[in-house]
Amino acid sequence: MLKKHTNSAYEAELDQLRDKILLMGGYVEEAIAQAMEALKDRDSEKAKRVISRDKLINTLELEIDELCVELLALRQPAGSDLRLIITGLKISTDLERMGDLVVNLCERVIELSREPLLKPLIDLPHMANLAMGMVREALDAYVKHDASAAKEVCERDDEVDNLDSQIVRELLTYMMEKPGSITRGLGLIMVTRYLERIADHATNISEMVIFLVKGKDVRHRGIGD
Amino acid sequence: MVSSNIECNNLSLWYEDSKALDDVSMNIKPNRVTALIGPSGCGKSTFLRCINRMNDEIAGVRTEGSIIFEGEDILSPKADVVELRRRVGMVFQRWNPFPKSIFDNIAYGPRTHGMKDKARLSEIVEDALKKAALWDEVKDRLRESAFSLSGGQQQRLCIARALAVEPDILLMDEPASALDPISTAKLEELITKLKQRYTVIIVTHNMQQAARISDFTAFFYMGKLIEFDTTNTIFTNPGEERTEAYITGRFG
Repeated sequence: MLKKHTNSAYEAELDQLRDKILLMGGYVEEAIAQAMEALKDRDSEKAKRVISRDKLINTLELEIDELCVELLALRQPAGSDLRLIITGLKISTDLERMGDLVVNLCERVIELSREPLLKPLIDLPHMANLAMGMVREALDAYVKHDASAAKEVCERDDEVDNLDSQIVRELLTYMMEKPGSITRGLGLIMVTRYLERIADHATNISEMVIFLVKGKDVRHRGIGD
Repeated sequence: MVSSNIECNNLSLWYEDSKALDDVSMNIKPNRVTALIGPSGCGKSTFLRCINRMNDEIAGVRTEGSIIFEGEDILSPKADVVELRRRVGMVFQRWNPFPKSIFDNIAYGPRTHGMKDKARLSEIVEDALKKAALWDEVKDRLRESAFSLSGGQQQRLCIARALAVEPDILLMDEPASALDPISTAKLEELITKLKQRYTVIIVTHNMQQAARISDFTAFFYMGKLIEFDTTNTIFTNPGEERTEAYITGRFG
């Protein structure tokens, strides 16, 4: 890691940016966990609480963007500082989208909670845990400037994608056997798809972390070395 | 148009016993702006002054290595220093017009080099003032004293004076550091135009300025050339940790 800035106010602002990103990531992780609990317990009240807490995530997105614009305008950042700020802007967008996906997930939970669960949930919570882990580790990699950890997160997206298709296949079988399960089956398929997209956003964050550390843009071209 | 690179090979320089440049090698491309950056005392101005042998004026200076321009070593004792300084113009931090009229400031160089034809001199003055983006502001007052101009105008007058002897290379040592933002913007605009005809090498403490106007940037530290690359690379993803520390403000 580099030495601290000669200008300590600048240093403090960059620290503030890292802290806000971590806080926002923490809210997203917590929202996913709570939403999954609500799904399992068919607890629509809990789902509503998660939806109302999305405001916190949105507010942080605005604060992070404002801080980044201020840093760009007032500090004329260069090198790794510039990349930290550009990455911060992008990460805040990805986190905010994740927040919106959790809101969608909670809306499905509210619908699903009106009927008994179609089947015991095993793979979906596993998938949610994987996605949460990816979010947490992508942000860890951001704070620690760790490109190899970020690369590892990108690679784990395949596991989530495999689970996604497996779960969808399984639910389709249920739905074909029992047309009465179609509404619930579709709801769960959508939940699966939200989790898969959350993992995609975590992958985006990891790709930006690789840019942050190496100055190399790996988006849309594979992450090799 | 200039076509020759300026090739510095293993250039070292001592002021008496203190080594100010340490084994600097770099290849400066023609018709490009190259910025030299680094903290005070890093050797960037010393390096700049090697290119037109200005350091010769300082007692006790000794150099090793070579600076090859158009096949000849600028530092060779056989080099024609007067001709070299015609071909390598210089603009300083503090503008220094002669206590003469605007016209005579520009005509001074060509006259010194033997130009007597009045019509031709007028053409040279007009051409140099146009290249320095000053003509429109002074064309009706060429006989007034150079000191009647604003600081930014005087600095552009000094650039016009340097251009009047048709140099190939322009050296600029902190040319905008004493100018207000608008004059600085005009000067920067001028520098990016000048590279069509000249090779420009500029020393600046203003890193945003280096980033805005230069094609290549060289970072000096303690007499050594630490990194030399495209300006884009130096300011977005430098290869050396000391460069990164400097451009992001983590020095000292």
